[in-house]
Amino acid sequence: MSSAPSTTEAVIAMRQVGTRFGDHVVHAGLDLEVRRGEIFAVIGGSGSGKSTLLREMILLQKPSEGTIQVLGVPLEDIDDAAALALRQRWGVMFQHGGLFGSLTVLENIGLPLREHTDLADPLIDEIAHWKLSMAGLKAEVASQYPSELSGGMMKRASLARALALDPELLFLDEPTAGLDPDSAAGVDTLVRTLRDLYGLTIVMITHDLDLLWQVADRVAVLADGKVQATGSMDELCRTENPLVRPFFDGPRARGAQQQAQAPQTTQEPAWKPK
Amino acid sequence: MTQSRAAQASATATQSSPNDLAVAGAWTARDLGAVGVQLDAFVFGAGTAVRVDASGVDALDTAGAWVLHQLLARARGTAASATLQGLRPQWERLLQAVTQHVQEQSGELAPVAIPVPGGVERIGRSAAASWEQAYAMLGFVGESALALGGCIAHPARMRWRPILFNIRRAGFDALPIVGLLSFLLGIVVAYQGADQLRQYGANIFVADLVGLSMLREFAPLITAIIVAGRSGSAFAAQIGTMAVTEEIDAMRTIGIAPLELLVLPKIIALVIALPLLTVFADVLGVAGGMLMAQSQLGVGYGEFLDRMAQAVSVTSYAVGIGKAPVFAVIISVVGCFQGFRTQGGADSVGQQTTRSVVQSIFWVIVADALFSIAFSLLDL
Repeated sequence: MSSAPSTTEAVIAMRQVGTRFGDHVVHAGLDLEVRRGEIFAVIGGSGSGKSTLLREMILLQKPSEGTIQVLGVPLEDIDDAAALALRQRWGVMFQHGGLFGSLTVLENIGLPLREHTDLADPLIDEIAHWKLSMAGLKAEVASQYPSELSGGMMKRASLARALALDPELLFLDEPTAGLDPDSAAGVDTLVRTLRDLYGLTIVMITHDLDLLWQVADRVAVLADGKVQATGSMDELCRTENPLVRPFFDGPRARGAQQQAQAPQTTQEPAWKPK
Repeated sequence: MTQSRAAQASATATQSSPNDLAVAGAWTARDLGAVGVQLDAFVFGAGTAVRVDASGVDALDTAGAWVLHQLLARARGTAASATLQGLRPQWERLLQAVTQHVQEQSGELAPVAIPVPGGVERIGRSAAASWEQAYAMLGFVGESALALGGCIAHPARMRWRPILFNIRRAGFDALPIVGLLSFLLGIVVAYQGADQLRQYGANIFVADLVGLSMLREFAPLITAIIVAGRSGSAFAAQIGTMAVTEEIDAMRTIGIAPLELLVLPKIIALVIALPLLTVFADVLGVAGGMLMAQSQLGVGYGEFLDRMAQAVSVTSYAVGIGKAPVFAVIISVVGCFQGFRTQGGADSVGQQTTRSVVQSIFWVIVADALFSIAFSLLDL
């Protein structure tokens, strides 16, 4: 919404991707392209294969057919060294955090830095503290264990860990699910700030209509194993495709739309700790 | 910002004069390497104007910005001023973000580190924890007994399917390993006794040795230990995982008592299965002893069994089997109890599972010792 993508270079390109689990077809002939510097959202009903799509992008699952290119690297037949190098260039925030229960929040955030860099331990801790506050968490959370955190805090900690290595590409799985409206609004601004500050490309899976209207540059609607439509929310709003309409009809969808189109008066501080 | 990472040289910093510093290369987390130590070694003249030339920097990320900011802050500490020149404009914002973060942090108090407890405090804490655990265990036993009483009073509430399922899992599936190990144990006992008995020409007494030791002691004990390792741990891990994933809470809110669904079937199943497994272990253990007796001492199978029938009373056999249900209760109660005490995550599940195995084997052996004392007092 705010600033248009600087280039049209494709960060992720999926061509004719098909996924099958036994007889169950999840994707069939799916095409998708994410451009550098944009905030890209994937939406779709439950069971439409959004999570599978994400897992295929981040090398957790192989598609049955088709090609996927991420950051210019083809994912099929990728060797271990190339996969490791690629994994350091993206960050993933999992829906339920995926934080390691045996490490404190600070250790969780510092882990990628400890594994992949030669930085000194105190420096890693300082950087981890910064990422923590960047994700909107207070300093005292640092020494806590993931089991002591609330759902929202866990998501933020997971985001901080995803940001540890300054990735070029950030994947967010349901970034606002299970958050209170205030925290969810915080995520809106956070996502935008991250993109503006670092020129990140952000791919997110979400159901949050506010998030879609407020921050997503382009949105892909997934249904029937294919991308039904791609475009900004305004563009999608005008499509007549019956598989896309449910996201724009209905009171909740209209409410989010009206709010997004109303002139924004208050801009929240981007770095406000939770 | 870090697109062509591979082509970039790692970060460098050179001090051409006390007031001039040039930084260059890729200032990113992976390329910073030893530059941090190098920077700490730089000394700035007091009251001078330090200039840092950053025109050679061709990549900067948060880690690099942080180090750069620290450098400037340190320079400003001693020198009159420190200025950064030549940094590409797209990274200015990153540096501002660091400054902003540091200013915000300075307002907040750093979290106070929790002091490491001293020796006495540690002893006190672990004593309190043990006491708390013993108390909770007592409560758990009481609750289980109440639930059992409730089920006996209303047999319709008894859940037969999980009971049968657990008998199969903990009993039938354990037959091969229990059989094999007790067979080997029988062989070992007979083999160890063979030498001594041969010296006195008392070969036939191998039947007494094997019969009594296997039926009274070894078979019940080895069975209980195997089952504690196999099923006690499984009980703890299953219940522990359910506690972590809130399944137990869900059960409570739906109105199912976790004790009735999870604990009682396990206790009942093990109380049925363990004596049966013990009988099986008796048979295989004696068979192992017989095999050794024949090959090492020349005692035939018929002779062996004749002698064993005389030497081993039904009481001895019953004493061995009678211990099994007690062991079964210990194993299942400890396993389930430790499972319910799981809090937090995967780590805790592992910890409680370990505890369940260690404690149930410990209590099984303690109970066995108490049985020995009691039986000798009763002349059984």
